[in-house]
Parts: sequence; structure tokens; C-alpha cells
Amino acid sequence: MPFIPHTESDIAAMLASIGVPSTDALFDEIPAELNCGGLPGIPAGLSEMAVTRLMHQRAAQDGFYSSFLGAGAYEHHIPAAVWQIVTRGEFYSAYTPYQAEASQGTLQLLYEYQTMMAGLTGLDVSNASLYDGASALAEAVLMAVRANKAGIRRVLVPATLHPRYLAVARSTVKNQGIELVTVPYDPATGITNLVALDAIAGEAAAVVIPQPNFFGVLEPVDALTDWAHQRNMLALAVVNPLSLALLKAPGSWGTRGADICVGDGQPLGVPLSSGGPYFGFMTARQALVRQMPGRIVGRTVDLDGQPGFALTLQAREQHIRRSKATSNICTNQGLLVTAATIHMALLGPQGLKNVALSSHANTRALLERLCAIPGVERVFPGPFFHEAVIRVNSPVPDVLRALRAQSILGGYDLGPDYPDLADCILVCATETKTDDDLTQYAQQLARILSRRREAPPCAYKS
Amino acid sequence: MLIFEHAHPGRRAHAQAPLTAPAADDLPAEALRQTPPPLPEVSELDVVRHYTGLSQKNFSIDTQFYPLGSCTMKYNPRACNSLAMLPQFLARHPLADADTGQGFLASMYELQEMLKEVTGMAAVSMAPMAGAHGEFAGVAMIRAYHDARGDTARREIIVPDAAHGTNPATATMCGYAVREIPTDRQGNVDLEALKAAVGAQTAGLMLTNPSTLGVFEKTIVEIQKIVHEAGGLTYYDGANLNAILGRVRPGDMGFDVIHMNLHKTFSTPHGGGGPGAGPVGVSERLKPYLPIPYVLEEQGLHRYAGETDCPASIGRMSAFGGNMGVLLRAFVYARMLGGRGMQRVAEFAALNANYLAAELRKAGFELAYPGRRASHEFIVTLKKLKDETGVTAMDFAKRLLDYGFHAPTTYFPLLVPECLLIEPTETESKETLDAFVAAMLAVKREAEGQPDLVKSAPHKLPSRRLDDVKAARELDLVWKPA
Repeated sequence: MPFIPHTESDIAAMLASIGVPSTDALFDEIPAELNCGGLPGIPAGLSEMAVTRLMHQRAAQDGFYSSFLGAGAYEHHIPAAVWQIVTRGEFYSAYTPYQAEASQGTLQLLYEYQTMMAGLTGLDVSNASLYDGASALAEAVLMAVRANKAGIRRVLVPATLHPRYLAVARSTVKNQGIELVTVPYDPATGITNLVALDAIAGEAAAVVIPQPNFFGVLEPVDALTDWAHQRNMLALAVVNPLSLALLKAPGSWGTRGADICVGDGQPLGVPLSSGGPYFGFMTARQALVRQMPGRIVGRTVDLDGQPGFALTLQAREQHIRRSKATSNICTNQGLLVTAATIHMALLGPQGLKNVALSSHANTRALLERLCAIPGVERVFPGPFFHEAVIRVNSPVPDVLRALRAQSILGGYDLGPDYPDLADCILVCATETKTDDDLTQYAQQLARILSRRREAPPCAYKS
Repeated sequence: MLIFEHAHPGRRAHAQAPLTAPAADDLPAEALRQTPPPLPEVSELDVVRHYTGLSQKNFSIDTQFYPLGSCTMKYNPRACNSLAMLPQFLARHPLADADTGQGFLASMYELQEMLKEVTGMAAVSMAPMAGAHGEFAGVAMIRAYHDARGDTARREIIVPDAAHGTNPATATMCGYAVREIPTDRQGNVDLEALKAAVGAQTAGLMLTNPSTLGVFEKTIVEIQKIVHEAGGLTYYDGANLNAILGRVRPGDMGFDVIHMNLHKTFSTPHGGGGPGAGPVGVSERLKPYLPIPYVLEEQGLHRYAGETDCPASIGRMSAFGGNMGVLLRAFVYARMLGGRGMQRVAEFAALNANYLAAELRKAGFELAYPGRRASHEFIVTLKKLKDETGVTAMDFAKRLLDYGFHAPTTYFPLLVPECLLIEPTETESKETLDAFVAAMLAVKREAEGQPDLVKSAPHKLPSRRLDDVKAARELDLVWKPA
């Protein structure tokens, strides 16, 4: 019986104590006709050895690729210490820290995390995480609408935001009568079109400002933040946290700084893992703290006056406020936050900046090599962080498939999300890429594109 | 001491990042950060010692019995973790094509199929990332179903008063009003109140079963009949699925939608508050609305279904489809247990709960529902003890920590005064349960003889009782250097 310790004599003694003849009798309050009599459709149990063999086979089947895919999830080096500490049972198998005195480890770590995220984003307060970057944006939209005293239920979202983030925000807020208005981008620069923004009539509770945007390009965040504030809208930043070791913190954007900042914490020590678990972060100005969703940790004192930590502002949350809570969120992504906190502590300010700078430099070097290939060009000319859009003169799915055959993931096909960019690929080279990796990619792409350009074989010559 | 207080300017973990990096001379100065982020400057050993030290200030399943009702704190098998963290699984990019991940996708598909079998539902999506996220998906599907039929007058979700707070909060997030119905003295939904509550405005009912009172809803078939006849749909909150695994299936009972908490029933870790996973299962009529992505099998190959496959879907719930690493852990757990092992989960969860309830009753504790069979959890009420000694359920819980046991859930459900909701799970041995009974009895005796000792507990933990009021009044959420 896997993971059940009972011996026959234990079972007999326990049944006797309860006063029933068998464990079946413990289910006598369930209407008999509902008993399904077992689960014949589930395969028989496997030993640890057998399941290990199965999973190793499946992992080996998937193998490894040289990846230039980014688009919201990024390959970075994760120090060995991070996940060795994260998977200590005391972190891994603990519950949400409701019993503060028995959870000081997790609580202090969350307080340190909040401090790091507030500092990184240049804002006053942080919560203890949300599900992922996209759901954090959805929660930020709800928060901005709650904070809007005029009751405006409309938020402006640039088309340069990650399309999946927009999709998640839509599916989250649509049942509450909140309208998300898309702002087009300037096709020449790949950044939000300020003229188009001006042309959008009517009021809004907030403007979403992605930095860098989905195309990797830097948005005019100062102008966008001031534009929002001049119209009594909140400025809602969506950022890659790693980029903030290098780029201006949202709290310093424009004259007054952004009001709320969200993003995905994956680049901070969380493995790619096919898409999750990651974690969403959220920071904000102090004045908005009571509108924040999710868990928040505060420092306080115990009966002896010694400093300690506890969950706080719980009156916002579902287990107290029920139908009037700021969100239905209950679980956050505690274990991933544990990883990110340890990761940020290990890298420190200089280490994190060097990762950001190296990722930027590698993407610059990759672009130079790729754009030297006939039939490849860069699409948006402006400054970028560690991703950029290239155009190729062959169908993108075919090019990516041919690269895959060489164990290279060449980037993200922009066509399905942006019909105007159907011949374009979003590429990314983080600090993990070596000069050889970049050369391999460029050589293979050159080979694939040159073969495509060759005339089909002529029957008369052979 | 905070990690920031260990810092020394110029100290670094030199192995962990490029030591030098080319300047970003192509970026405009106004886009750049002017001062470095306030992260600690510490060595690798500083970090390892600090966070290892913090971990030792936690209670956890690996170190203590954790009878936290409604949370299913069972042993998290280590193989589930190590196999989900095989390097190929960790390295796989979420947007990589399906042909690069057939091993991973096959595992996801098989888990999805097993969850269908376990729940008896027609289809499953594993997109939701937590229980509350699954609840959101479930109620959003109920709304999409009514909306698609033009049945838009249905504005209410019925929720029993014993429900988790996530139920009413979820209904609100989906744009519904909440109508609460009472529980009868036996702990069942009050059928007369339900009959009076349903009508043309009813979108659906959210029901936790076994309920948060730890008992099986005896009239569950009738409850559904009442809601269905009024045109509403029925939602099964699977928070307590551990109690019925392999014995009864929500699909067979006629439910339209269920969410499961894999971090409870399928033993993925709670992680100090996440990540969880909250897959949803649906009946045939809600299938078109399932959240995306879910896994399709076509001629032996697997891929994720997206927008074009499911035009009526309620949509995406996360950027990349869900907590895949959690789902991998649940898959390994399900394969190790097998069908028979899953049946034993409910069998032994019930045995442990009923044994613990019987022993505590013999030790003089008052059960909230003594006439009922415990499902996988049960409630002790300390009202009498409080009236006699002034010791509250909270005090009692804090003193249990001194005895090396995590406290049961306190003050939930809200219906029972001074309650302890106790869930031992199937993975605990008889000796552990006996030791817990002894500790409960010892605290009870202390409460009767030296109530101040209990009221001022804990005494042996890293912190004494913390001042929650100060924490909320004088907000200190972020450390600032002195």
C-alpha cells in the first residue's frame, strides 16, 4: 500500500476503537447506489523504480534543444543552491503560513521577497505573489477599476502587450463588465502609437504599459506614464523583472512614476518547465495597498517585543470577506517565490545587472549575425532589451521546422498573433548562449534560407 | 536577522553570474536605471546558511504531524519531485512545438484521462493553477452555458453557509450575486431552504462534498434534482475529494462541473502557499466551454488545444497553460498509486479520521456532529472549555505547537463555535494519531489547571504569540535600512 503505514493489527485495533467491523462500514452514510466500486480505468500502481524508468524514458524522448525562444519565458542560469534549498522539506511541504509562530521561516522569506520586489520596481509595497504574469495583469486591471472613484470600467491596453496576457485579462474580467480597449502600435517602430492613443475617445481607469514590450522594444514609458496621469488614469506597468537591473524602475517613470507594476517572476530562478509553475508579482504605491489582491506579510512584534512576521491586511481576503473580497485568490506561488528570493540574494545587484547586460549583448550579437544573412532583416529599429523581431524571406513555419531538425528552436512565429508580421520571428539570446551557439544558429539559418532561394532542379539539365 | 543585514558592499557570489558584461551603449540614457536595485551583497555561503536557517523555523509535513482540516496535508512522495525535475522537463520551453515534447505531453494526456476516470466527468482541463482558479473556471463555464442559450436572467449562485470563502468570492468575480443557504442541525444542506432559494434567477449551486463540516451530504442526489429542475447547474467543489477517491464519482452523481485540488488529493506539495493545481472536469453539456489549453490525442500524437479548436472556450487562464511541473508531480503520484491505491486513499483517510474522532471523544472532547460518520475530517468544539476556562480554540491551537504538532484548522467552518477542524490524512500511522490524542489531552488538562500557560502559548517556538493588530495598524511590509 504505497504511502499508507497501517499494519493488519493497526487496522484491527482502530476498527475496534471505532466500533465497526470493516473500513467499508465507514462509508455507510453514502447512498449505496452511488458506490462506483473502484477505478478499473486507472492502470495498476508502479513501484518507484518502475515509474522512474518510465519518466526517464519520456524525458529522454523530449531531449534538449538550443533555444532562442523567449516571448515571455526565458532560459537563464539558476544557481544549484536555489532549488536544493527550495526543495528542503521545511519549505516544500509547509502550508500557507496561517500559524505565524510555526511559519517564521516562510514569513520572513516573504518579507524579504516583498522588499526585493519593491526595490527592484521602485514602488512602495509588494504582495506575496499571484499565479503568473498574465493573471497578475488581470488582477491589476481589477484593482485599477476598484480604485477608480468615478466608477470607470475601461482600461487601455496596447497591442504591444504579450497577446496571451491580453487573452487572460479578457477571460478574467469580461464577466464583470470591464472593457479592455486595444491601442494599435506604430508599424514602423513597433511601439505604442501615441497619436492613436490620443484618438481613443472616452475615459479609462488605467493604461497598461509593457516594458520591454512583446517585440522586445523599449516603449516611451515616461511619456506614456505622464499621458495617463494627465487624464487621471493609473499607469499600470508590465515588466520583465530581470530587465529592471538595467532599465529604469517603473516607480521612476515619468513625473510621478507608475502606480501598479506586475509581471512574471520566471526569469528570477524559475525553470521553464513547459510553462509553469511560475509566479506573478505585483507592487504598487502605498495608497493602493488595501486594494491589492493576494497574501501580504508584515513585520510586527511578539509578546516579548521581539520582531516577527505575520500575514496582514487579511480583511481584504476571501476567507474573511467572502463575496466582498478583493479577489478569490487563496493559494499563491509560495515555492517559486522562495526560489526567486534565494536567486536574487545569490545574484545581488551586480550579478543581476550582468545577467541583463549579457543577455542584451548576446541578442545584439545574434541580430548582427542573422541580419548579415541575405533574406533576413531587422523589423523595428529602436532600442531593445533582449528580444527582437526579424523578417525572413521564407515561410516562417518551414524555417522553424528546418531549424528544429538541427535541434535549434529558432524563435517565436509572430504570424498567428500579428497577421501583419506573418513573415517575422521573435528571437531571444540570454546570457546562457555562447558564441558557438550564436554561430550555429546563423549558419543553419543561412543554409536553410539559401536552399529555399535556389531554383527548383531543371529536368533538361540532368 | 534579515538577508539585507548580512550584506557587505562589494561582496558577491562570484560563480553565479557573468563577472563582467559589455556596456549597453546602444540604449538611451533616459531608459536606464540610475541606482542599483537594493538587493543584498552577500556570498553564496551567506545565502545558503541564511535560508537553510529560515527553513528550520517552519513546521512542515516532513517534520511534524499537520492535521490541518480541509487542507489534506499528506506525505508528498519524494519521487514525484525528483522525476518532475528531470533536466529535460525543466528545460522545455512552453512555446516549443508539440513535436519537441511528446514525452511530456503524453504524461499530461494520461493524467487528464485519469482525472476523468476518477471524477466520472466527460472531459477535463488542467489549465487552472489553484483551487480558487478552478472554481473561477467552473463558474465562468456555468455562465458561458447560460449566456450561450440566451438565458441571461440567471444572476444568482447558491452557496451553503458552510462553504469555503473562495466559493462566494468566485461567484462575485464571475459577475454573479451570492445567495447563502443554511445548514441543518445534522450538518446537511437545509433542503427546504434550498427549495425556497431556487428559481428562474438561479444560475447554479456550488456544493462542497463531503462538506467542510466533515460529513457526506446524504441528500446529494435530491439537492441536484432541485437545482437542475430550476434550470440551474451544479458545481462540485472537490476540496475534499480525498474522502471519496475511488468510492463515489461526482460525474455519476450528475454534477455538471467539478474542480480538484491536486495539491491535496494528488499530494503535490503545498510549498508554503502554492503552487497548486486546480483542474476542472465537466459534463457533456459544458465541454465546449472548457478553459484552454487541454491536451488532444490525434493518431498517437499529442498537442495542446487552442483558440481555433475551442471557439466557445471561456479562454486562457495563464500565459502558458498551467502549473505543468505540479501536474507532472501529480502524474507520478497517480501512476505509483494506481486505481487500487487511489481507493485505499479514501479508505484509510476515513479510517484515520474516524479513529481519531473516536479516541478524542473517549478522551472527553466534544464532537460537533457526534451522530455523524466522519468523512476524512471532523470537528471538535471547545465551546465548553472556553466557557469554563477562558481558553479559546486559538489558544489551544497555539499550545499544540509547543507539543510539536501543527494546529488543526481553527475558526473554520464559521458555523461551529471554538472549533478545531481535524484532518489526519491516510499517510499517518496509528502511533502518530495516539501521540496527538495524548497532546490534546495534555493541553486540555493545562487549560483546566493553568489556563494562563495555554493563553500565552506558544512558549517553545522561534516566536511567541505575534501581534496581528500592530501588523495591520502599523504596516511594515518592506525593510528599509536604518
